[in-house]
Order: sequence, then structure tokens, then C-alpha cells
Amino acid sequence: MTQLDGIVKPKTRRSKRFMESRAPKLTEDVKRAMIMKGGNTSQIVTEALKDIYSLKKPDAVLYKKKNIARPFEDSTSLEFFSKKTDCSLFLFGSHNKKRPNNLIFGRMFDFHVLDMIELGIEKYVSLSEIKNSKCPEGTKPMLVFAGEAFDTDNEYKRLKSLLIDFFRGPNVSAVRLAGLEHVLHFTALEGKVYLRSYRCLLKKSGCRTPRIELEEIGPSFDLVMRRTHLASDDLYKLAHKQPKALKPKKKKNISHDAFGTTFGRVHMQKQDLSKLQTRKMKGLRKRKGDVVAEGDGQEPKVAKVEK
Amino acid sequence: MAACSVEELLAKAEQEEAEKLRSITVHKELDLDFDVGSLLACDKNRIESRDFRGQKKEDFLRALARDNTQLLINEIWKLQTERVEEAIVAKLPEPSTRLPREKAPLKPRPPTKWEQFAKLKGIQKKKKTNLVWDDTAKEWRRRWGYKRAKDNTKEWLIEVPETADSNEDQFSKRTRAKKERVAKNELNRLRNIARAQKVKSPGVGLLPKAQQSRDELAQAVSVARTSTASAGRFQDRLAKEKAPRNSGKRRKFEPLIGDFSSERQKQLELLKVLDSRRPKLDITKAVNAQMRQEDREEAAAKHGRKGGKGRAGRGGKMAGRRGKRGKAEGGRGGGKKRD
Repeated sequence: MTQLDGIVKPKTRRSKRFMESRAPKLTEDVKRAMIMKGGNTSQIVTEALKDIYSLKKPDAVLYKKKNIARPFEDSTSLEFFSKKTDCSLFLFGSHNKKRPNNLIFGRMFDFHVLDMIELGIEKYVSLSEIKNSKCPEGTKPMLVFAGEAFDTDNEYKRLKSLLIDFFRGPNVSAVRLAGLEHVLHFTALEGKVYLRSYRCLLKKSGCRTPRIELEEIGPSFDLVMRRTHLASDDLYKLAHKQPKALKPKKKKNISHDAFGTTFGRVHMQKQDLSKLQTRKMKGLRKRKGDVVAEGDGQEPKVAKVEK
Repeated sequence: MAACSVEELLAKAEQEEAEKLRSITVHKELDLDFDVGSLLACDKNRIESRDFRGQKKEDFLRALARDNTQLLINEIWKLQTERVEEAIVAKLPEPSTRLPREKAPLKPRPPTKWEQFAKLKGIQKKKKTNLVWDDTAKEWRRRWGYKRAKDNTKEWLIEVPETADSNEDQFSKRTRAKKERVAKNELNRLRNIARAQKVKSPGVGLLPKAQQSRDELAQAVSVARTSTASAGRFQDRLAKEKAPRNSGKRRKFEPLIGDFSSERQKQLELLKVLDSRRPKLDITKAVNAQMRQEDREEAAAKHGRKGGKGRAGRGGKMAGRRGKRGKAEGGRGGGKKRD
């Protein structure tokens, strides 16, 4: 589609709008995820996909049919689907003897696979198995990562970035404090990743900040990392490149000192004192034909002023 | 007594405050990294796997999650809040974790051919009013589009010019001209796109024109001639037809005045070649020939020796070793010869 942008002219307003919605933008929309299953899936994988879909819901597409694809061998079909549904995140579930209960988390850049990480499900508790009240759909979750591996290991670092990308939800400027309900907790420990999802209950603590109690709502996963496909550093850097228009502009003539005080430089014209209005008196009134000697010093004076 | 009571009171108040805070404070060895903009916290502390095994797993994870969430919530509650429609809302800062983009950032469109030309000539866009006065309709009308002023497609009568063929339909001529203009514009648009994407676009050939010049006609003939399946190889020529000029190759000349040193170099080299009667020695070629000859000799020698031994059992290993030695000797011999 990107190849044909600009060459194929939209014939109707509607198609024009559609093409604009797909075109690259300065500030991008929320990344959408497509969730699909491979040729064979176990019940665990199917349910896991459904549960993740319900966590991600307004920005996700759940594919109902099988798609016989092997993302690590050939990612073209995934790229095709991503272009078709305009999704840049994907979750692919499959099950076979060699890799039972397999989930592949991945993301695309410019409709090509950037990162892919394969995770095997060791233990799984679904959303419906835990019986209590759930969070409303589309709640922006709080994401918490624990464990040193997320900070030291290269693959885990990417996994963390990928998971943030996947579960972050829309980028918002403000959040309702009472609506902070959902917590996704990722723990990396002993070569496993524990994903737990909790509902957050705000209790009175006596001061302004509430005390937190957590209640598990599911789904919960014990995952092991299997194969990975990470983007090369060059591509990864390229994908992070910000457009020029988004970068904050440098402000001229303003500096800060160590204490955070702002200093500004102000340029002023010298004041003409001869035109200054003083007290009006009869004796000082100008007479006709009186030439006022003009001051020649009109240089701009530079002063450092604290704002 | 009074002082004591004041102290007591203060201590009591302090204790109460501490008690209050205790429920929301969490002690961690390393502080967490927060990205409040995307509601994210990262706990870099080492997790004691002994604790993990000892306690019940789920309880341990929940306790860990609670502590971390409490810290994140503390951080969020520090933000500036405001009331929007009965709800208290915290203003979030910009997210600080950088994530890859979905699509490559937009590049500015390279200027079209016209834009390049206009910039070169300093032609600037003029703002035109949308409405113009139409004298025949006696009202303000759009400059362009439906119900436009001075609409020449709506004329019911066209004067036939003196030079024109009287049987020609002037109306259809006008529509044809319009269609050609549109087609030409579309072509230019595509060429601009092709140039912008650095794709080689095919040659235009000939654009429709009212009057073709002699050169253009000749070009049209040559284009038509080569537009066959065999690229004009079997196309007959007319009796007195000349071969097309300026088709394909262009001769290039060095500038008349300019780089004297390179010209001198060229002339000298030419003279050198003319001067030396002897054939030039190509060293790599000679060395290769020599090596090949040595190999051949060596192979012949080896073959002869092998033939002499005949089929003396399974001495494969031995034979191989001997062969190797032979090769090495041959190599040394070659070295001597080269000297």
C-alpha cells in the first residue's frame, strides 16, 4: 500500500479519508494488535489468546480461523495481514510436540517484522477460572516489571520493551485517579517470566495517598522464553527515530542555573528622558520655537534580568 | 510540666504521622524506575529465590506486586490533580520510555519539476479570489468548477476560424484538446512521482501537438519503426529514406581548452606504445602460464611413478603421502626455475 501511495489517486472522499488514516503520521495512533492462531492450537493457547484479546480489546483484532504460518521461518503472511488490518503488533499462538503451548509476541516496523519473541506457556489460569469482578474493558493498565533480568539481559530488555509496547494502551495526557484499577505485573525469575494481572483496590490510609490491596483477576501465565528474533541495532535505532517536527525546539536566550532559576536576556531601547511626562507646571511648559536638544545615545542596552 | 506535655504531644503527633505513613511506605534497597507518563514501574531489585520457594508462590508474587504498585501509586498521587466533571484527574507527563514507531516518519515530498523551475525563476504563488464577475450572467460566480464564470464548455456557438477546415467540428475539437491536457497532466504527475521515488520512468515518446516540426516527425517515424515485436529489425526502409540521425548514442568530446596535463599524459602514453616494438609483458599471465606448465609436468611425473608401482595392494595412505611430498618438491623446483 505504501508503494502505491500517491500513485493511485483515491476516487472518492471516503477512500481518500481511508488512505489518510493508513498513511504514516507525525504522532501515531495507538498500535493495534492482531491475535491469531496457527495450524494447531491446544485449548490452553486458544483461551490464552482470547484472554489477551479481552485485555487489549479496543485496539486488537482476533482472528477466528486458523492461519497456517510459521513466523520464525517465513513472516510474509504476517506482514500481509499486518498491512491488511493496519496492525503493527501481533500475537501468534500454536501448539505442537516440539514446542507445546507456544505464544509469539511480535511487533512490526513499516510492515516488516522488527522483534519476535517466542514464549512457552508452562502454567496458565484463565480469566474465567478466577471468579470475581473484573476490570472494565479498555482500562489502561499499570505495568510493573520486577527482576534484574529485565535490566541486564539483552533479550529480556527487548522483551520488556515489547511487552510495554503491547500492553501499554493509548497514550493519554491525564488519568482519572479512581480509574487506576488494573495492574499487570511481570516478574523475571529463574529463567521464567511470571505474568500476573491484578485488580487494584484503593483503601483509606489516613493520608491523601491510598493504601493498595491487590486481588488477582487473571489471566496468569508462567512463561519460558524460547526462540527470539530481534532486530539489528541499526534497524532498531531507525525505528526509534523521531521526526524533526516532534523534537522540542530549543529556546533562545533562556538559561537555567543549578537551582532551577530561569535567566533570560532582555534587549531594551534606551529611554528617551526628554519625553518623560513629569509634573505639569506652567513654568515648564514648552514655548513655541523652542528646539529640544535630542539625546544621541540610543544604543540598545543589554541587561541580565532574572525572570 | 507544661514543656514536658508539649514534648509529649509532639512525640505523640509524630508517632501518629508515622503510623499513618506506615501503611503506604514500602522499603526497597534500590529505588524503582518510574515512567509515570505510561504508568510504568521497573523494579531492579534482586528477588530472593529462597523466599520465592519458601513461601507460597502466588502469595509471594502478590506481595511483590502490591509493594511495587504501592510505590507507583504513591508516585502518581504526587502529580498535579484537577477536577473534571465530578472526577479527580491527574495530569500525566509525557512518557519517557522510547518505543519504536509503527511506520517510518514522513519525509517531505521532493519538489516537482514545476516547483523546481518556479524556485529557480523566483515565481511565487498568487492568491486568487474564489469568485469572479461574470459579465454574461451578470453575477459573481466561481472561478472554477461547477457553474463557473466564463464557462467555455457551455457555449452553444463557436466561431470557426478562417484558417480552420470548415467541416471540422469545433466542439469535439475543444473536448479533445481538454482530454489531451488532462492526460498530459496525469503523465507529468506520474513522472514527478517516479522521480521522487528514484524509479526510472520510461521515455515519454511524443506528446500530442497541434503542429509537429520536421524533427518531431522524424522522431515519430523512428519510434514507430522500432515499435514492433522484433524492435524494428525486419522493418523495410523506403527507397530514398535516410537513416535516422541522433538516435541513441551521443558522442562526447573533451573540452577544447582545459586539462592540459591529462591530455599530455595521453599523448605520451600513445607515443610510448608506438615507440616500443617489443610486445608488452603481462606478468600475471606469464606467471600463470609457468605455474600451469609445472603442474602439468608434476602430474605427468606422478602418473608415471604410480604406473610403475602398479596395483600393489591397498596402499592408499602411503600413496597419498608420497604424492604430497612429490608436490612439495615440485613446488620447490618451480621456485628455483623462477629464479
